[in-house]
Amino acid sequence: MTFNIFLQHLANGISLGSLYALIAIGYTMVYGILRLINFAHGDLIMVAAYIAIYGIMMFKLPWWLSFTLAVIVTTIVGVIIERAAYKPLRSSPRISVLISAIGVSFFLENLAIVLFTGRPKPFPQPELFTTMLEVNNVYIMSLTFIIPVVTIVMLILLNYLVNKTTAGMAMRAVAKDFETSSLMGIEINKIVSYTFALGSGLAAIGGIMWGLKFPQIQPLIGVFPGLKCFIAAVVGGIGSITGATIGGFLLGIMEIMLVAFLPSLTGYRDAFAFVLLIVILIFRPTGIIGEKITEKV
Amino acid sequence: MALLKTDKITMQFGGIVAVSDFSLNLQKGQIVGLIGPNGAGKTTVFNMITGVYTPTKGSVYFQDTDITNKKPDAITKLGIARTFQNIRLFSNMNVYDNILIAKHTRLKSSPLAAILNVPGTSYRKQMDTFKEECWELLEAVELADEAFEKGTSLPYGKQRRLEIARALATNPEILLLDEPAAGMNPNESMELMEFIRKVRNKFNVTILMIEHHMKVVMGICEHIVVLDHGFQIAEGGPAEIQRNPKVIEAYLGVDADA
Amino acid sequence: MSKGNNNSKINKIKLFMTIAAIILAFITLYIANNNLDSYKIRILNLAAVYAVCGLGLNIINGFTGLFSLGHAGFMMIGAYTAALVTMPPDVKTMNFYIEPIIAPLAHLQLPIPVALLLAGSIAALFSLIIAVPVLRLKGDYLAIASLGFAEMLRVLFTMAGSITNGALGLKGIPGIESIYFYWGTAIVAIVIIKQLINSSYGHAFKAIRDDEIAAQAMGINLFYHKTLSFATGAFFAGVGGAMMGFLVTTIDPNIGIFLQTFNILMIIVLGGLGSLTGTVISAVLVTSALELLRFVDAPIDFGFFAYPGIPGMRMVIFSLSLLLVIIFYQRGLMGMREFNWDWVIKKYNQFTNRSGKGGKGHGAVKNG
Repeated sequence: MTFNIFLQHLANGISLGSLYALIAIGYTMVYGILRLINFAHGDLIMVAAYIAIYGIMMFKLPWWLSFTLAVIVTTIVGVIIERAAYKPLRSSPRISVLISAIGVSFFLENLAIVLFTGRPKPFPQPELFTTMLEVNNVYIMSLTFIIPVVTIVMLILLNYLVNKTTAGMAMRAVAKDFETSSLMGIEINKIVSYTFALGSGLAAIGGIMWGLKFPQIQPLIGVFPGLKCFIAAVVGGIGSITGATIGGFLLGIMEIMLVAFLPSLTGYRDAFAFVLLIVILIFRPTGIIGEKITEKV
Repeated sequence: MALLKTDKITMQFGGIVAVSDFSLNLQKGQIVGLIGPNGAGKTTVFNMITGVYTPTKGSVYFQDTDITNKKPDAITKLGIARTFQNIRLFSNMNVYDNILIAKHTRLKSSPLAAILNVPGTSYRKQMDTFKEECWELLEAVELADEAFEKGTSLPYGKQRRLEIARALATNPEILLLDEPAAGMNPNESMELMEFIRKVRNKFNVTILMIEHHMKVVMGICEHIVVLDHGFQIAEGGPAEIQRNPKVIEAYLGVDADA
Repeated sequence: MSKGNNNSKINKIKLFMTIAAIILAFITLYIANNNLDSYKIRILNLAAVYAVCGLGLNIINGFTGLFSLGHAGFMMIGAYTAALVTMPPDVKTMNFYIEPIIAPLAHLQLPIPVALLLAGSIAALFSLIIAVPVLRLKGDYLAIASLGFAEMLRVLFTMAGSITNGALGLKGIPGIESIYFYWGTAIVAIVIIKQLINSSYGHAFKAIRDDEIAAQAMGINLFYHKTLSFATGAFFAGVGGAMMGFLVTTIDPNIGIFLQTFNILMIIVLGGLGSLTGTVISAVLVTSALELLRFVDAPIDFGFFAYPGIPGMRMVIFSLSLLLVIIFYQRGLMGMREFNWDWVIKKYNQFTNRSGKGGKGHGAVKNG
């Protein structure tokens, strides 16, 4: 393997990793606040991708408008999911909420099968994303660079929203101590919705880029990215945005490198994330940057 | 020989030292009080003795056996039982089952024998003995009438008593009580005092208790250890402790009778 | 006056009534067998399969409080084990045309009951390996790790061509149609699990579910009992998976997909986490409902309006209605209650007053 080819793999890894990171952040934010694995999060990728397809193909919208619409609608869908399926169960045992989340996920997938059929649909490829760039005799698609750039812009924006705005501060307070925050007069419901909106928005952006990268969209497209990104969040340390970012990049780069260096293991690619998960859970159950929590007795 | 001995046990959480160099000798048959202001590290001491936490430094000996690194269930099996500050009853079980469960650790039959449950086998005989013992215990703590009520639906005082009975059902040598009188009115606490004394005499156990109710502590404890900010600041009989200037300082501003 | 005597007398009555109930169940099966067409019997058989799998998952989730999402993985192991030890050698040769089957399996052919036991045992064995890392975790972490293991197993089964025939799966598994086989196995499973749950070990499971820390303080070895529960649950998943193979006669690694775990999870939640009778009732209801809902997938002509039939609509309705159950009716059909003789005896004891306390076997009455 020449150095150039290695660079190409690295670029691919970073690109995939930043996609994972973007989606993992939604998981980590929701978990931080509600201690809930939002199983439906992965399916938002699918929702966003289909909206983007229909916007361009059916309504002949320019791609940027269609993409923006997809992000907005998906954000609203995310908030509605929380209101309808999680909020009524907030005081119930966590197992009930988790089952509800799995239920929403299956509902979305089945609904998509009915609405869009199980046949894969091609995702539109605007020219901006498919231009081939030549770097040192290596050809790389512009999308490979655009994805990390978008991710970084989003991370900076998110960092500002979480650390510098009042809503962001309230969000961190709720994540730290749900009960006390509500006693301190923070409007929990608003903050939870806000969190779901942010997470779903990021998942939508992730979904559109996923569509550009893997342009075959079918109703179950969100399942594996969803699981993998949750794993990325756990690996990084669930509840932490930095952790999710690190976990996402780590998983993406390792996955690409595994296939590049050990092609015979290509068939096991999807199992790799789970192996990583189990190794992390055994040796560092709270993730790379998570802190050890002791249960109060 | 001390029944229970802690040798300079220290517990650190990250940078915070919760308990520092705590040494205690518990003699058979004693009722010993462990007191101190909130956050002094009393429950942490209990958690180290019962194996919930492993001390960062130091060792715990029970009847001269080192139990420092043993798990909570192994320590219970050896003969140290406890109650919890915030009562931890099995929420979906009735009073009787709450107590019967404590006998499981002494069961010597395999799961297969338990599934077959053939009359006349050793499993059946053991279970019959356990049940008999449970009823005796329920009579002794006066909870037999409520045997089939849900444990968590009992009035507060009775829940406390049930939790103590459940600990007794493991046949302990030492009973650790974590704030048994918490949330009780003066009348109830006096009843509890009598109850604890009765338990000691009838079941022949040694008792170490954390308590804030000074009347209870001074009333039944023969020996008192005082903790403040993780340090052991005094030790002695009730009268001695009440006069100790360090103790008074630690409690300054706190009404000792509260 | 002796409590012991009273106790054993009541146990005898209970045993007698249980035997009577089992006989009654077989009479019901006999009637069903003679009056229903083969399609309906097939649905009932499928319900028995789901009941066995559901009971296994309920031991783990409902009675021990371990949120495992790896059930489909154990079912897959059971299905493959049973298929590989019962398929005739020539059928195996026909199946494995890409990569030949490994030698020890090529000529192995065992009787069905042995295959069922083997299927359960191998699934349980796998669960023991998984238990070491997974059962150290709690709550959501346990859920996601067990799901991870199931997915890993599925990838492994797709890749291990010389044992599993890879993604092609296995065709021509000896089919069984008899309702007595499926429900007979289910009844045996119910009796065994009931005995376990009502034993001292079952009580320890419930103690762990209610409060792990208190259970440990009562001297219960958490790891041992969690592993016992996990392995027993996996055993019945394995048996259920094997039954599934005999019912559908064709399997591939997709039998281990998460959707399968979800179906079973839904059955036990609907029936009531921690209720055996609830699981069995719910298995029959859900399986039948899924069949009844098939009409929404097919075109219907109302005369004034022709419904074109929407493939997949049935699953939308199904997932939506289950979602509604979770949100509005969390405890499921039975909650933690059981429909059993203790209920009858409890009523009886209300007349005989305090002598009744001895009448309580350690098979607990759930007053919940």
